[in-house]
Formats: sequence, structure tokens, C-alpha cells
Amino acid sequence: MKIANKSVTAEKLVRDALDKAKHFADYNIFTFLNEENAIKKAREIDAKIARGEKVGRLAGVPYALKDNFLSPEGETTASAHILEGFTSPITATSVAKLEAEGAIMIGRTNMDAFAHGSSTENSYFGPTLNAHDRERVAGGSSGGSAVAVALDIVEFATGTDTGGSIRQPASFNGVYGIKPTYGCISRYGVVAMASSTDCIGFFAKTPDDMNLLMEVASGQDPKDMTTLPDYYGEKHSDMDLKSARIGIIKDFDNDSVDKEIRDALKTKCELLKSKGHEIVELEMPALKYALAAYYIIVPAEVASNLSRYDGVRYGFRSANSDDLDSLYFNTRSEGFMPENKRRIMIGNFVLSSGFYDAYFLKAAKARTLIVKEYEKAFLECDYILTPVSPNPAFKLGEKVNDPVAMYLEDVMSVSLNLAGVPGLAIPAGKTKAGLPIGLQIVGPRRSDHNLIEFSKELI
Amino acid sequence: MKYVPTIGIECHVQLCTKTKLFSEVDNDARGKEPNSCVSPVCYALPGMLPRLNGEAIRLAILAGKAMNCEINAHSRFDRKHYFYPDSPKGYQITQFYEPIIGEGYVELPSGTRVRIEHAHLEGDAGKLTHYDTYSLVDLNRVDTPLIEIVSQPDIHSAKDAHDYCKELWRLMCFAGVTYGDLYNGNMRFDVNISLAPEGSDVLGTRAEVKNLNSFRSVERAVEFEIKRQSKILDKGEKVVQETRGWNDASGETTGQRSKEEAKDYRYMPEPDLPPINLSAEFIAEESAKLPMMPADYRDKFKGVVADDILEILLDYPSLMSKLKEINEKYIKGVSNLFASVLLAEEKSAEYLNDLPSSEDLNELAEMNEKKELSSTATKEVFLRLFDPQMKGRGAKNIAKELGLIQENDLGALEKIVDIVLAKPETAKAQEDFKAGQEKVLGFLVGQVMKESHGKANPSAVQDILRKKLK
Repeated sequence: MKIANKSVTAEKLVRDALDKAKHFADYNIFTFLNEENAIKKAREIDAKIARGEKVGRLAGVPYALKDNFLSPEGETTASAHILEGFTSPITATSVAKLEAEGAIMIGRTNMDAFAHGSSTENSYFGPTLNAHDRERVAGGSSGGSAVAVALDIVEFATGTDTGGSIRQPASFNGVYGIKPTYGCISRYGVVAMASSTDCIGFFAKTPDDMNLLMEVASGQDPKDMTTLPDYYGEKHSDMDLKSARIGIIKDFDNDSVDKEIRDALKTKCELLKSKGHEIVELEMPALKYALAAYYIIVPAEVASNLSRYDGVRYGFRSANSDDLDSLYFNTRSEGFMPENKRRIMIGNFVLSSGFYDAYFLKAAKARTLIVKEYEKAFLECDYILTPVSPNPAFKLGEKVNDPVAMYLEDVMSVSLNLAGVPGLAIPAGKTKAGLPIGLQIVGPRRSDHNLIEFSKELI
Repeated sequence: MKYVPTIGIECHVQLCTKTKLFSEVDNDARGKEPNSCVSPVCYALPGMLPRLNGEAIRLAILAGKAMNCEINAHSRFDRKHYFYPDSPKGYQITQFYEPIIGEGYVELPSGTRVRIEHAHLEGDAGKLTHYDTYSLVDLNRVDTPLIEIVSQPDIHSAKDAHDYCKELWRLMCFAGVTYGDLYNGNMRFDVNISLAPEGSDVLGTRAEVKNLNSFRSVERAVEFEIKRQSKILDKGEKVVQETRGWNDASGETTGQRSKEEAKDYRYMPEPDLPPINLSAEFIAEESAKLPMMPADYRDKFKGVVADDILEILLDYPSLMSKLKEINEKYIKGVSNLFASVLLAEEKSAEYLNDLPSSEDLNELAEMNEKKELSSTATKEVFLRLFDPQMKGRGAKNIAKELGLIQENDLGALEKIVDIVLAKPETAKAQEDFKAGQEKVLGFLVGQVMKESHGKANPSAVQDILRKKLK
């Protein structure tokens, strides 16, 4: 990526990014453009460079921030009406780390409200258009971030991945997208969707860029007790990048997955074999419970995490309230999107007394099976290569009124979140119609760095 | 019909940690502005995550040990959901499934044992103050660490209910886990009570009286409930299972909206906090820090300090731990000073926070024993030990400065007596005494005291006078 130095100023990088953002305004990528602050920060960095002072590893690099990261720059709304008007006094740990290295946020990106969705059509600000086909969805929930990188507006963008929200839009737009190991990057200061599966990650254009971003953002954070002790960059000498065993999941090779995607997977397998890697067929029967378990555990956590949005302390408050009950009822009825409400309803249902054992507890058990299934699989192989989604980017409006069809988008991505293992979405060519195809490399927990390095074998 | 009451008590204890249970903000809101001890975690800003306060874990271990409880090596947190402005997150973080404190028991002074079912850690809620058309929200109390102690239904009288609550309060104060200020809600009691006909082995339907904040109100509420439920049962009617409130002024409990009963808290494991895993070494190490408990003091001071005085002093952990440092032969004397002088003082609450050193108290007791100080003078010097102007100077120096040390040197006393007897104005009294008028001895002693500037030991003076005027 282009980093500011004596010959290229940060101000130039930032101004170019802002110009491109405005040029692509009709893609509805940004919910906020950080013009004044971004240029001010760029000038500060340029002044440092001119004085010969040390600057960070991301000096002057313009980036896009998904709208669910808290920072005092612009309103943090998670593209939800109920957070309208909320300016955060807090900066997310991940954002603070990026900024400390000199990265400059040029805008906040559109998303499905509260990250509920796979198309960015559930945004209060309307959908973002696909970078390669304006009639198609950007994917989601981090649609704005994926398109911002795919259209080369910024060098990288942040995202959150709770069930595929980075990997799916990355694959729909032909860029790299990482969902790190659960606990690799602090969630502090990121609007929570489902605490036990939320991962902070990035969209980038190359494996090396991705690696640098992970180095900067990862690490244990006392403010997030679910972060893992620092491990990123540790050498995994036992993992041989030159002759790896790559697992292919047999069950995913069926007619419900687009033929062109299956062909792309086969092409990549041939490429790997030609480079001396071994392909291993895996049976992972527990993965068939992943989607069902996911759509019980995640809505339960969603319902819980969204309880705080009540119109009492910040954000939107319904004007039509005359007592406490109507304040709650009207604020939440008017402030949440239909998909938010659907998940709140499902979540509260599965947690209700009398249903907890039948749904939540059972899903938790299925989750344990999935964790074990991955552990077993990684005894047989070093990495797993699978499609990200069953199809390339679909048409705007095609699935938005069919929640089950939309949930099925996540069928191959959610199991990673339930297991906490890392996945890297990589570009893998295009369909005949010119739509990007994405594949994901999956590794054991804490193998993020190796995954990124190994992805170079697939270029 | 005669009924046997069966009572179980849930007690919330606010822990006196420096910071809150889930964020690093001041936990001591005493005397502070509303909403001034509040972090973004407390007021539930988006994206905020709870951070567990290790001090609360340590205090929970001490609290558990004070109640002879098992400490669970593995415990975890759950979310308890409800919508109310006192709960900014929309849920309370508590331990529903796997609490940190397991089974144990509390022994009352009467010897009755009340078993503890479990106790768990949780964050407190905020406080609402209601006015005619609006309510004010104060979040200072949000996430103050609480332990909720759940007893088995082992209590069968209002007195035992009172004594159990009081003993719990003492245990928590001695363990040093709470400020123990009941008036400010540091401990609150919910009492479950049911009646069953004598001899029946089936428990009756219970009512729960919530949010009692004094031992007396616990006792009165139980007495009231026994009467109320007896009347209902005598009429052949059924007690309704419900939550009742206590009105301290009227001395009655009243039913609260039954809507409360229909609450479904939708418990769920707290995904933002990893489970708590404590090693056996850590538990042992922390448990060893438990100071002496009331039962230990009862054993230690049995026969030295009178039972009634001991029970009074056991309300003051600082006095007991001071007493522990006193020379054994002076314990009785010092405990009397504590009970009858210190606690009678208007400023005793203030004094309790800053007790004199054990050296001072030992010195004082020694002077009293050697009759260098009269009992009145001992009390006076004792109080001066708390005087900001005087304390730190030492009991002996204070006594000297005040001129309170009695003259016990018999040779010196005799000289003074001789001087007094040589004075013409005492001649008549001497004659009278020799003639058998006992009461003039007081006049003569008074003269000697005057001559000695009050320093003579009056009983020694009496002895000398009697000898000389024989």
C-alpha cells in the first residue's frame, strides 16, 4: 500500500481518497466523510516527515471505517436509526491502534444496521451497490467497506465478521477479507452484535497489506477480557508453507453451490497440487448444524446486546412517548430495522423460560460439536479451502424479503465464527458474467499469520 | 391452630472494593453527586465490555469463608434481562448457573445453625427517585459489586431471622468485605416466609418480603407475616405466593403488583466475560487472609469479657481487633472502657475510625491497675486519647499534663498528712475523729487532697490518717 513519505504526501493520499469517495458517491458507500479532520491529520504527518521525525507504519494511509466502530469522528450509528445523533466520546481500541500508526480515516462505511444482514440492504441509509455490477448487492454486513477497497478509494477498510460479514462482501467484490481468530483483535469500542462470535477484521488488496494490518491491530486488551494473549507474528515453524495438506469439505461440493464457484475451487486445488501441496478430502458432518445453531445463539446474544438501546441515554428517542413503557416501545419500534426486530424476537424466544433448554442449550451443544469437528479436521490437514458463499453477488432486492434465503447465504461462513477459527477470503477469479468469486482459507485457532502467508500460494 | 414458620433469607451485600465490579471507576459514591461515579461501561455506551475486578473475587472468597462455605474453583457470569432505567445495559450481570460461593453455614450466638445454599457475585442496579410527573435516575450504584447470600429455610422464628441477619452483618464486617452501613443500603434483606401446621412435614405457600434494610424491620416483618398468614390459614383460606413490600411506619407488609411475578429474565451465559477459574493455591492463599470472626472472639474472650459486653462489642470489628492487641490482664478493663465510655460518647462513630494505639491503652490500663489513676481519671485520660489535640502524646504524658496521677508514695504522702495535721484549722476535726466521729475523716482527706493538689490517692490517705489518729 502507498504510505506517505518525502515524495508522496499524506495530504495527497487523503485528498485523492476523498475525491474518489465523492466520485463514487452514488454507490452509497459512506455514511460520513471525514474531510476536515482527515486533511488536518495528513498535514500533521507531512510536517513530521518534513522535520525528519519518525512516523508510523501506516503513515498517511487513508482508510474507511465501518460505521459500527466507535470514534469521536462523525456519528457512530451502525447504520441504524436508533443510534442517530450519537457521537462517541470513546475510541475503539482497534481504531486507536491504527491511528497511532498514522492511518487516517476518511469516512465511515455503510452496513446492514447493527450488522444484521448479508447484503447491506438492511441499512437505515439504503443499500450499497456492488463494485462490479451496480444492480447487485455489495454483500454484507460490511458492504460499504468492501466496495470502498474494491473501487480503490482507500488502501484498506475495517470490518466486523459475526457470521461472514467480512468474508462474504470481500468475495462479492473481489478483495481480501479476514475474519481473525476469535479474541485476536479487541472488540472494545465496537458496537456489539453477538459477543461470542464477533470478530474485528479488515479488507485489503494484498496479503502483505493484510499482514501489516493484523500486526498493528492484534493483541491482548485489558478492556476486552475475551482477547487472547499476544500471539500474532509468533513463528509457527512446525507449519510448512511449502508442502501443506489442504482439506476440501466433501459436503460443500453439491448442487446448492454455484457451479462456477465449485470450478474455481477445483482450479485452485490444481494450482496447489502443481506447487507440491497435498489435497485431502474431509468429512465434517457436524457442520450441517452450524447454520441452525448460529441462528439461535447469535439472535440470543443480539437480543441481549440490543437491550441497551432504549432511548434513555443516547441516540434516537421517539417523540411520541408519554410514559416509560411507551418510551421503550415506541423508541425501539421506530428505531430498529425489520431485520433487527426479527432477530430480537427470535433471540428472546429461544431464551424464554421453558425454551432455553430446547433451543439455546441444544445450539450450544451443537457448537461444541463444531469446535471438535474443526479440531479433528486440523489433525488431517493444515488448512481448509472452501467457498465463502453458495453464489456470487445476487441482485438488489432478490433476497431482502426472504429472510431464510438470506440466512442461507451464511451456510459456509458461520461455522468458523462458532468455532472461533480464522478465515481469509481471497479473490479467485470471476464468473463468465464478470462477478468476482471468493474462496476462504480456514486454519486452526491462532494460525492467522500463516493463513495470510499461505494465501500467496493461491495467487 | 398452631403453626410453625419456615423462613429463608436472601441477603445482598455491597462489597467495599475500590472500583466497580466491571469497570475502573470509583465504587465509593458516599456523599458524591448523582451520576458522578459512572463509567461508559456503567451507563452502557455501545461497544463497552465488562472488565472483571479481581478485588471483588478476593472479597467474595473472604465472604464465603466467613460463612464456612465452599469456594467453587469454577464459576461464571450470566445475564439477567429486564427493561428499567436503573439497568442501563438492559440486563444485570449475575451468576445464575455457576456461583462462586457454594454451601456453608452461619452459626447464631444461640447456637442455631443456618445453612447457606450458595452465594453469587453480581452488579448492583442504579437508583430511581420518583416525583409526580418524572423520575430521576442515579447510576452511581450501577455495577457496585454485590454478593447475594441465599440461606436454606432453616429459620423458624422472628428472633432467629433477626439474629441471622445481624450475624451475617457481623461476619461481613469482620471479614472486611463491606462498609456494612445498613442505613445506606450496604446490606439488604429479602425474607421468604411460610407457615405450616405444627407437625406437618409439608411446607406452606410462601410470601417474600423484599428490600428490608434493618435487623429490626426483618424481625417485625416476620412477626407481621406470621400473624397475617395465621389469620388467613385459620379462616381456611390460602396464602397467595407473592412479593410484598414493607412499610416501616405502619409496621405492615403489603402485596405488590402480581405483574412482577410474571417476569421472565431470559438468563443467558455472559459472553463478554470468560469463566472464573481459581486454583486451589489461590483460594487457600486468599482464604488465609480471613481475620478473626465473631465466633473466634467468643472463644478467645470467654470468661474474660462478660457475655453481654462482648455481644455489644462484637458489633464493632475495629474494637474487637484492638482488644486482641491488649495485654491479657487488661482486656477486661479496656473492654469496659470501650463499652461504657467510648460507645456512650456522642462522637463514638467518628472515634471508631481512629482508635488509640494498643500501647496507649495498655499504659492507661496499667496506670489504673497501679492506682496511679483513679477510675474517674482513667475515663478522662481514655477520652483524651481520642482528642485530636492530645492523642499521640501517650497516656502517661496526658495524665501528667492533666495532673491526674495519684501520689502513691507513702513516705511522701505521710509528709503531706503531717503538714495538714499540723495546721490549726484541722485541730478540731482531729479531736472529733478521735472522739468517734467517722464522718470528719472525709474533711481531713479533702484537706490532704488539697495540699497535694489532687494528686494523692484518697484511699491511701485514708489509711495513713486512720493510723496517725488512732
